[in-house]
Amino acid sequence: MSLLEDIIIIDFSQFLSGPSAALRLADMGAQVIKIERPGVGDICRELYVSDVMIAGESTIFHAINRNKQSYAADLKDADDLEKIKQLLAKADVMMHNFRPGVMERIGLDYETVKKINPSIIYATISGYGNEGPWKDLPGQDLLLQAASGLTWLNNNNNESPTPMGVAVVDIMAGTHIAQGILATLFKRTITGEGALVQVNMFESILDFQFELLTSYYNDGKQLPVRSAINSAHAYIAAPYGIYKTNDDYIALAMGDIIQLATLLQCEPLKQFSDCNDWFDKRDGIKKILADHLLGNSAAFWLDILEEADIWCAPVMNYDKLVQHDGYKVLDMEITVKTSNGLSITTTRCPIRVDGKLLISDKGAPQLGEHNDAIDKQFELEKVFQEK
Amino acid sequence: MTNLPLQGLVVLEFSQYLSVPSAGLRLADLGARVIKIERPGKGDAGRKLAIKNIWVDDNSLLFHTINRNKESFTADLKNADDIAAVKKLIAKADVLVHNFRPGVMEKRGFGYDAVKQINPRLIYAVISGYGKEGPWKNKPGQDLLLQSITGLAYTTGNGSNAPVPFGVSIADILCGSQLVQGILAALIRRQKRNQGALIEVSLLESMLDFQFELLTTYYTSHQQPQRSKINNGHPLLSAPYGIYETADGYLALAMMDIQVLANAIACNGIENFTQHQAFAERDAIKKILAAHIITQKTKHWLAALQEQDLWAMEVLDWEKMLQHEAYKILEMEQVIYAGEEKIFTTRCPIRINGEKLYADKPAPQLGEDNEKVKQDFLIV
Repeated sequence: MSLLEDIIIIDFSQFLSGPSAALRLADMGAQVIKIERPGVGDICRELYVSDVMIAGESTIFHAINRNKQSYAADLKDADDLEKIKQLLAKADVMMHNFRPGVMERIGLDYETVKKINPSIIYATISGYGNEGPWKDLPGQDLLLQAASGLTWLNNNNNESPTPMGVAVVDIMAGTHIAQGILATLFKRTITGEGALVQVNMFESILDFQFELLTSYYNDGKQLPVRSAINSAHAYIAAPYGIYKTNDDYIALAMGDIIQLATLLQCEPLKQFSDCNDWFDKRDGIKKILADHLLGNSAAFWLDILEEADIWCAPVMNYDKLVQHDGYKVLDMEITVKTSNGLSITTTRCPIRVDGKLLISDKGAPQLGEHNDAIDKQFELEKVFQEK
Repeated sequence: MTNLPLQGLVVLEFSQYLSVPSAGLRLADLGARVIKIERPGKGDAGRKLAIKNIWVDDNSLLFHTINRNKESFTADLKNADDIAAVKKLIAKADVLVHNFRPGVMEKRGFGYDAVKQINPRLIYAVISGYGKEGPWKNKPGQDLLLQSITGLAYTTGNGSNAPVPFGVSIADILCGSQLVQGILAALIRRQKRNQGALIEVSLLESMLDFQFELLTTYYTSHQQPQRSKINNGHPLLSAPYGIYETADGYLALAMMDIQVLANAIACNGIENFTQHQAFAERDAIKKILAAHIITQKTKHWLAALQEQDLWAMEVLDWEKMLQHEAYKILEMEQVIYAGEEKIFTTRCPIRINGEKLYADKPAPQLGEDNEKVKQDFLIV
């Protein structure tokens, strides 16, 4: 039995935060039904992404929405809304990431839905919560990175604030809403009670920085200072960083400077014999190390360092990564098929259960592809008008 | 909040540093009783790992941050009496989590197959660096190294920069978060089927999952993602996506139509670009935009952009953020007393039934709960 067999999730969310959570729940066995606006659907279907499209839709949409069903419904149409309410009556979880107030206007706010189904888990992701001066601002990844101080933690100190190049806020908020949903579903198996679960992207990206924010709260509120060169973490001493060699880059994590000086035969490093200097004088240490490492190849240095169990690694791009046996042995790639005959290679769920990979070959749905099947499965009926 | 969702569950945490302990913290904040099983004398190596050399007591502030709301029980897994005690604990626990390198728990007799004999309903959850097989299986599962081998460092910074890592421990934190999902889903199945589970995640798989949008695009195009030359925000996204310097600070611009943007901020130079060129010509567009945006203050641009509901935001540092009403209203901070020491930290980011989840129990001293745990679990 899959972990979430028989769990039915009605997902109104768009883009990445909510849909990435629903994807994870689908991979663990839940039936996920995307509710989409007729004609347009999830805006992510048409999001301008690079120039790489699959059948007119972004690769990103296909990656995020595989293993789900699509039910097209116009929430402003009385008939469609009634069907959705019938569907919610039989669901376990409802989720959305509309801005505050939207679901209230439609009539699918928690208080209303709870009357239809008292044991439902009602989960929302907003940008900044339901109150405060930013509550109506768009909950978009880069903007949250900007608002939360995150961009001052990456890159060298002379560079502009640098955003992380992956949608980290969406993805973290998605994991948090999934956690809240699962925890309350667990409790429901004991008490039968439903719950309201709320996550906002602002809190999620603060939580992501919890170690560093806690340091800031307690160190007299000194702003983080990125190292001047080879910066990898504002709060960690030398040698922590990525270094260029005469052919490629290597990464060095925490390590003993004196041991490195010996192993790499880098005499000038030996002056830093006091480990308390490795943070305060990290720029000077890194400069010496960076100059020295340029003198030979990545493979040359890594051989020496790995032999001595130093925490180091090659810095690889995707071309190198996917050819490596360390990658291949994971069987991380899966191929999914859509109903109109497309085959898409993407990544699988990273969680293994009882020693098995969680694999599904179901591609992302066409808009409204499952209306008939869902009508039938849940015996949804029009009540207001016959067409 | 009373009656938390995981109330009554017992989690045994055999782990160190951040990945599994961050998962333990989340489970604790959701109501579970989390007991760290630690080596006598030293305990979790994270106790002695400090950032900026900040210490609360014998333990670093970092350890206190990650391990609040937990208990500590010391046991030497090479000592027969301690092994017997831990087995009694396991018999009554709901979840066991660990992040030892592959083979270590097995060698000590606490591998899944052995532990399942003691408690068939146990959820046994493991984080490894790179999985149990393959050429990397014995490499250290350290965050920067995982970022480096998985291509992540090529997503951030500008095209002209060296690879730029994330300045937060993304692999540890995301992997911990995914482990929690697996554990909770397995607990739900256990309620229905009365069966335990083995849940495994590696930092490597978590980092690949994290890049699933980029990797899926790469599998289709076979083209390495390219950071834009200037103002890079995301390698797959068109202009204007990125951060721009203004006359007095920085401004973030997310996805928006080039023509609409040109009108909103009166930037004639980009009017000649169509939306179809917004990716291919992003460096040229960004260059013109950057020269235009630096001429006025952040507030000026924000007013013009937000008026039209365009996706823009001021870039704040923590000092400015903490003064902002939008931050204060979250009530994200909580105070914890570790003995005499007052620690400010963040709370759990999940709200349940409208309530914020605070927990002011400080991180445990090594072995602090030995007696209580023995009493509660009848270890004589």
